[in-house]
Amino acid sequence: MRVALFVTCVNDAVFPATGVATVRLLERLGVEVDFPAAQTCCGQPQFNTGYRAETAPLVRRTVRAFEGYEYVVTPSGSCAAMVRHHYASFGAAAAGLAPRVHELTEFLVDVLGVTDVGAYFPHRVTYHPSCHGLRLLGLGDRPRRLLEAVKGLELVELPGAEECCGFGGTFAVKNPDVSAAMGADKIANALSTGAEVLCGADNSCLLHVGGMLSRQGAPLSAVHLADILASTEEEPWQ
Amino acid sequence: MPAFPEAARAAIGDPTLRANLRHATHTIRDKRARAVAELDDWAELRQAGKEIKDRTLRHLDTYLLQLEEAVTAAGGTVHWATDAAEANRIVTELVRATGETEVVKVKSMATQEIGLNEHLEAEGIAAYETDLAELIVQLGEDRPSHILVPAIHRNRAEIRDIFREKMGSWGRPAPEGLSDTPAELAEAARLHLREKFLRAKVGISGANFMVAETGTLVVVESEGNGRMCLTLPETLISVVGVEKVVPGWRDLEVFLQTLPRSSTAERMNPYTSMWTGTRDDDGPSAFHLVLLDNGRTGALADEVGRQALRCIRCSACLNVCPVYERAGGHAYGSVYPGPIGAILTPQLRGTASEVDASLPYASSLCGACYEVCPVAIDIPEVLVHLRERVASEGGKGHRLERAAVKAASWVLDRPAALAAGQHLASATRALHPKRLPGPGARQWSEHRNLPELPAEPFRDWWKKNRT
Repeated sequence: MRVALFVTCVNDAVFPATGVATVRLLERLGVEVDFPAAQTCCGQPQFNTGYRAETAPLVRRTVRAFEGYEYVVTPSGSCAAMVRHHYASFGAAAAGLAPRVHELTEFLVDVLGVTDVGAYFPHRVTYHPSCHGLRLLGLGDRPRRLLEAVKGLELVELPGAEECCGFGGTFAVKNPDVSAAMGADKIANALSTGAEVLCGADNSCLLHVGGMLSRQGAPLSAVHLADILASTEEEPWQ
Repeated sequence: MPAFPEAARAAIGDPTLRANLRHATHTIRDKRARAVAELDDWAELRQAGKEIKDRTLRHLDTYLLQLEEAVTAAGGTVHWATDAAEANRIVTELVRATGETEVVKVKSMATQEIGLNEHLEAEGIAAYETDLAELIVQLGEDRPSHILVPAIHRNRAEIRDIFREKMGSWGRPAPEGLSDTPAELAEAARLHLREKFLRAKVGISGANFMVAETGTLVVVESEGNGRMCLTLPETLISVVGVEKVVPGWRDLEVFLQTLPRSSTAERMNPYTSMWTGTRDDDGPSAFHLVLLDNGRTGALADEVGRQALRCIRCSACLNVCPVYERAGGHAYGSVYPGPIGAILTPQLRGTASEVDASLPYASSLCGACYEVCPVAIDIPEVLVHLRERVASEGGKGHRLERAAVKAASWVLDRPAALAAGQHLASATRALHPKRLPGPGARQWSEHRNLPELPAEPFRDWWKKNRT
């Protein structure tokens, strides 16, 4: 099977390791991965901030970049949600991309039909289900099932898991104090679990939470799910 | 009123307020979830509520005229008010005509929206709130901060202090040695209010629903004060937003299930009062219905925004909203706080003021509000829609923001330019400071470290390793 990787602009520029992990994971599972280099940004930040006209060229670009691929896989619930829920309002061609875009855990569980991806990650992990993955995509227990099958991994429940971490794209900039208060509560909950790793499937949320953890010097790392799933005994994480 | 981010900052800095809010919202959101989970057909009820409201809004003129006819036939009088000033004038004239100088009120968002109490006070008429929480707010010279629990921001000790200090100047004083136990506080309020119920000749109410086919108004409440206000006075004046009409009695079947479960997590609310015009020897001898527009037809004209008019004021969205939980109701600068306020208020008032322009951004778009809404208002969709309006009006900061977004989109639409930018950023990464100046970066690095940029972007790794 051949798929196109929709790496997303945040991963491309800031978290390339997540893109690399996604490629390694998919290849390990026998999937042939392409990276259409014409892709940049899905337009979500612009769209959600109220700049529809400025979003349109990015929607056209994204649609063109993934033309001809039956499966487009992305390690970002929020970018997948942008395409799935809002692209239809940009015309028929954009609407056509929506059903072909799969968030990574959806692709693994629904399309490839696997939950045990042969990963090894001997750490105590707690999982934060990002809002767009949780509510807009309805990822349900897919990420949990994947994590539970990882060898060596101890999964611990995150209190208030379904509450927003406070990132919200430009929300973190427009309402910095509310955003920080939400992030602080998320971090306190994560620290209360005694986990070493806070796992998520959206690097934008992890950028916010991880940035706060780093500022506090907290003994907890924010790690993308793809990094965990790509980790093996031969090639462990970090 | 300052814009939302500034108002929220003050709330976040108040630990008592945050603790009160957190405790109250978490308690009620958990209870609501249990109450909703009891019904197997919740999804169908939600869909039915949405469709009833949508159909009614599409034919609002028809149903309102039908309502007017039915109210009139039952002995009531209907008044149409375009805006707050007109509604206040009508109500004042109606009270004046009775010769009275005091009225009792059952909690009504519509009268708060138009500032009726303040208007009446200026005209020499005292309006007494009779809902327990509204009483606390009124005695405390405070503002409501929640649709259903207006004093949510107050704890029991604060309420006891307000009762002790202020009850005496409004009527019967608080009993000696009043403690902060709920039973004693409730008893103090009961004694204080009973005097007012028995004396008042004029009652003012809102309504949760108006049934077009019979001209019947409906109030659901939990304390019985509503029923006192609706039945004891000689004159009853109901001020109701035009969107509260439903076509027939069958429609109530849906809302009388979804409203109490969504709002107070009760299977059925304790008091459901219904009144139709007037009747000899039963209830008020004069009934006036003031139908309030005040921006509603403007909202109705907006095909995306009009879904806010489906709202049945249950406040489930407030109780589940992470932003409301931290910022509290006052930060919204409006009678309607929380997620619903963030979409309703800018539609009713426009987005010219700083606070109204900031409301559509007072959300992380997490979607929890949409999930719990019993009439399926897609609040995140309307927020984004209103952001488009605010951004296109180019108010404070938005012209600059649009220029920045335009520039970013230009770069993002050119992979070569983007790659050049990424390369520059990566090459200079050792020089990047942890805290940055400039709009956006400054706010970001106030609370968080920026991530260290990688040595190379993903697309370079791909080029080297896979092509």
